[in-house]
Amino acid sequence: MNQPFYVSPEQVMKDRADYARKGIARGRALVAVQYVDGIVLVAENTSNTLRKISEIYDRIGFAGVGKYNEFDSLRRFGVRNADVKGYQYSRDDVEARSLANEYAQILGQTFTHEMKPLEVEILVAEVGFTQESDQLFHIMYDGTLVDEQGMSVLGGDAEAISARLSETWRKEDDLRAAVRGCVAALCGPDRTLGADDTEVAVLSRSNGRRCFRRLDDVEVSGFLA
Amino acid sequence: MFGPENDPGSSFVTLLRRVGIEPFGVGDATGGVAPLTPHATTVLALRFDGGVVMAGDRRATVGNRISNREMEKLMPADRFSGVAISGSAGPAMDMIKVFQLQLEHYEKLDGRAISLEGKANQLSQLVRANLPAAMQGFGVYPIFAGYDLLRETGRLWDFDGTGGRYEERDFVATGSGGGVAGTVLKVGFRPAMPVEEAVTLACRALHEAADVDAATGGADALRGIYPVVATITKDGWMRRADDDLAPRFEAFRTEQRAIMEGGAS
Repeated sequence: MNQPFYVSPEQVMKDRADYARKGIARGRALVAVQYVDGIVLVAENTSNTLRKISEIYDRIGFAGVGKYNEFDSLRRFGVRNADVKGYQYSRDDVEARSLANEYAQILGQTFTHEMKPLEVEILVAEVGFTQESDQLFHIMYDGTLVDEQGMSVLGGDAEAISARLSETWRKEDDLRAAVRGCVAALCGPDRTLGADDTEVAVLSRSNGRRCFRRLDDVEVSGFLA
Repeated sequence: MFGPENDPGSSFVTLLRRVGIEPFGVGDATGGVAPLTPHATTVLALRFDGGVVMAGDRRATVGNRISNREMEKLMPADRFSGVAISGSAGPAMDMIKVFQLQLEHYEKLDGRAISLEGKANQLSQLVRANLPAAMQGFGVYPIFAGYDLLRETGRLWDFDGTGGRYEERDFVATGSGGGVAGTVLKVGFRPAMPVEEAVTLACRALHEAADVDAATGGADALRGIYPVVATITKDGWMRRADDDLAPRFEAFRTEQRAIMEGGAS
């Protein structure tokens, strides 16, 4: 029975997309929103060592959901890409848009050419010098690149979370309100999340050259109290 | 993206080479006498009770000409360490840039910073990589100092042209005025000095070095140019403002004036 059957390209793509979506939906979600001083990223994550959110460059952060080893290798690619570019040109020449494009290329190529698509969704966030120039690039498992306005939700159950978040989120929020809103949107009405179950980081305009900063459990539980 | 077999790991220099950039490209520039290029001079570091003080003068020279009065030879390497250079200015600036990037690159990839000892070791490897250039007269002789968060103390190192790394107990000074500056530090040093005394001693060492060594710049009150002085403690790198340094140098001058006028001070 080695004779291959004909499978239509539509079916191949649909199967791959289903496969990737299933993998992503198994993991827990992540949200990012603008707040008055920058961008805050909040993930549901019980691990204190395996991170979903991390620093790429001075003003650029990275977040991923889905299969850890896959989005972590994308993260490493991003750090390397940014550091080499900053070394060759200038720190000012490193920007989220071109990095997001490269990610879209990698994910798109893998989706169409490899046996197995990457089971990840990633976010590249860049904090601007003003709120108007903040950027959020959401990249899907198939390479679809979306430039999102103000807020972004990644992972399983994204629609429900997004609906809850858009009710409470305002871009004038301070950090405390933004973190509270994000956590409430992530957990929904039927359960609660503590600082232990979340991973929170900011890209803050007032943090010096390196805008990225992780919030520790003490700070987060202070916000949630 | 790199596969597992050719992944450069957390090393920024290895990464640069993987993508075809040679950070220390001197090639085969053999023979002849090294052309005159800017040289950076006196830098120093000393310990005090809460960390280390680092300082560097601002002058760069080409032969007997002053090529720059405002050069900054002392820079933060990261939040808890600093690097100061004497020697050939061009390669030294490049080396500091690669060193700073290496520390940040590692921190981002691995999710935690390198230990202070590890940072000194990294710098030693960069100095060694510069050895061919050093043989042709473009040597770089850095000082590295920082606050060791594991041991909760300030530590400092100096390096020779081959990458030899020497941890010093209390203080170190290098560069053309390093001999004079080192002597001033040796005479004035006391264990566990308070920070303000340590900063004044660092300024004094540079002041005396500039008084004797033509390649070392002193405080230039006319142009408002003062040496770069910074402290590194458990709270991190903190550069001293010119307003903080100016009165100290003014005091040295007042003292000198009093001696010259024959009055006791």
